[in-house]
Amino acid sequence: MNNNNHSDTSRVIDIQGITKTYHLGEIELQVLKGIDLKIERGEFVSIMGPSGSGKSTLMNILGVLDQPTTGTFYLDGINVAEIRDQDLARIRNKKIGFVFQNFNLLKRTTALRQVELPLMYAGTRGRTQKAREALESVGLGERLNHLPSELSGGQQQRVAIARALVNEPSLILADEPTGNLDTRSGKEVMQIFQTLNREQGITTIFVTHDPWIARHTNRVIMLRDGNIIADKHVASPLDAATAERPSEAEELQEVFETTYYGGKAEEYT
Amino acid sequence: MSLLETFRVALTALSTNRLRAVLTTLGIMIGVASVVTLTSLGASLQGYIQSQFEDLGADTLQISSARFRNTSSGTQPMTTQDAEGLAEEGVAPHVVAVAWTYNIQTTVRSGANSSTMSAQGVTANYADVNNWYPASGGAFITQNDIDSSARVVLLDSTTAEDYFGTANPVGQTLLIGGQVFTIIGVMEERSTGGMSSQTVLIPVTTAQTRLANAHVAGKGYRVTQIQAKVSSADSETVALATDEVEAYLLKAHGIRNSASADFNVTSSATILDSLSSTLSLVTVFLSAVAGISLLVGGIGVMNIMLVSVTERTREIGLRKAVGAQSGSILVQFLVEAILLSLLGGSIGIMLGGVFLLIGGQLAPEMSISLTPESAILATGISSLIGILSGVYPANRAANLHPIEALRFE
Ligand SMILES: Nc1ncnc2c1ncn2[C@@H]1O[C@H](COP(=O)(O)OP(=O)(O)O)[C@@H](O)[C@H]1O
Ligand SMILES: [Mg+2]
Repeated sequence: MNNNNHSDTSRVIDIQGITKTYHLGEIELQVLKGIDLKIERGEFVSIMGPSGSGKSTLMNILGVLDQPTTGTFYLDGINVAEIRDQDLARIRNKKIGFVFQNFNLLKRTTALRQVELPLMYAGTRGRTQKAREALESVGLGERLNHLPSELSGGQQQRVAIARALVNEPSLILADEPTGNLDTRSGKEVMQIFQTLNREQGITTIFVTHDPWIARHTNRVIMLRDGNIIADKHVASPLDAATAERPSEAEELQEVFETTYYGGKAEEYT
Repeated sequence: MSLLETFRVALTALSTNRLRAVLTTLGIMIGVASVVTLTSLGASLQGYIQSQFEDLGADTLQISSARFRNTSSGTQPMTTQDAEGLAEEGVAPHVVAVAWTYNIQTTVRSGANSSTMSAQGVTANYADVNNWYPASGGAFITQNDIDSSARVVLLDSTTAEDYFGTANPVGQTLLIGGQVFTIIGVMEERSTGGMSSQTVLIPVTTAQTRLANAHVAGKGYRVTQIQAKVSSADSETVALATDEVEAYLLKAHGIRNSASADFNVTSSATILDSLSSTLSLVTVFLSAVAGISLLVGGIGVMNIMLVSVTERTREIGLRKAVGAQSGSILVQFLVEAILLSLLGGSIGIMLGGVFLLIGGQLAPEMSISLTPESAILATGISSLIGILSGVYPANRAANLHPIEALRFE
């Protein structure tokens, strides 16, 4: 393979033939069965798929939290397979912001300190100021010294988003960030992602089960049984600030059909 | 992550479980308290014994007749001839002064006060050799007093108080063995290590001739004890001087085999040496016992650190996910273990300080106090325990897989 193809820094993610196999005693479980995926800088991508289809597994590999069994992975032009352990930590720290379904905030730690955490491991100066700005950008300027127990689910997730973006990463990965939130909070969180992407051009990939949420992104990738079964541009993404969730079941069905389609991966190139 | 930050995180982690932290370090507390108490007590005891012996004169050989030793030639008494011979130039080069005493039990009376006690006949250099002098306002026995077998007496402070209360006895008289003695001074107070100190000092010749008949044909007079002051208190010099004295006396008494010597030469230095080594052996042994509590304490810290790592598995996963190096996680848990164990250590030092304070109240003359060495030792031990018991849990935390840690329920 020609390395020059991958030094193109406009491509944040370039993976080829990624597989992931878990060994459960005697049984081998292939969760990812050969994923090829290219994501350009500034893209806003959602990943959908039934439960167990391998979405989280893929996200963890993209976030350098886990290693694929086979395949190549270039992140920002860097061949991740060649990176030593300490440098993996640095890549997680500098290049990736991860947002989890269950927030994963530290107990008994103020919002400000949560957001300072990645800066701390980066050894950045002026942490408090940067953390405050990040919290302000997700609308929590008034909640700097609140503990997780003093924040609503949506607010906690926004702290987690601030923590993910504070180091100015190349890529934000969010695994079902709205999964634990009510509709309204979910929409707020969605709006933050959309704004960050539109205004700051932050490349964002997130997993969702909600087709309506997915319709806010520019590109939808469908996973099933460890394969990408569809990868499609969203013609006119919804605007989180203005779009109203259709209340009627029919309208929901319509959205579902425009998003969940049975196309092939080749349709997107 | 900076070290300061690491400390802050560790302190935060500990302070969320304060009671647990304190209970965990109970073993270390007790162990450190024991170490501190024992080593400090050992040092005070050693210092106390040393000072007691210094008062007795670690650099002085005590020579007395081996009265109960069965010798073929029979026991010859210790005499002034022996003493004067030892004092002669060149006989014992490492002996700088020779004093001798002749003690008798006698009645000492003043008015209605009367009791039987030891009257010690002493030479004029007795004060110098024993480093024991008259309190201000008094004079010691002079060579003149010796030559004239003068009836002068010095009292020890206890006797002076018994007989005269707070009044100054100098110039007054005492009846000793029925004879009138003029009091020329009171000896200064000195510690006696609990032994009875009551004695009166009179010129040795007075004791030998006026209060008793200690004449030995051809050899001058009987003496109770000869004191030979050695040129230096170090054990080597004391040993040399001992050899010289023994050689001279064996010859003077016509004994060839030193095993059948009819005298004893002892020095407080040799007694002190054996006593000190016994004492340090005891200290080491007791410290080893304390070490067992420390071991138990260390296992406690390791146990609680393992619990802590398990409890905080998700936190560790999250820290790794946001970019913590394995090394930072390792250091963080190690620092936490060290702080935990230092916490126990410092409480232990305080506890030991309290024990020593109580001990000091119980035995004020021993000047018991917490020695800085023992506190430093205890701190060092605590840190070491922290490191040893923290390495395994910290290593476990550092090696957690981020995803598995994040998924941990
Ligand atoms: N550590 C693991 N060990 C074994 N099987 C796993 C492990 N992680 C995930 N799996 C399995 O891999 C499959 C895909 O999991 P996941 O990626 O979490 O799916 P999704 O996020 O799409 O619901 C599931 O069947 C799951 O049970
Ligand atoms: Mg999942």
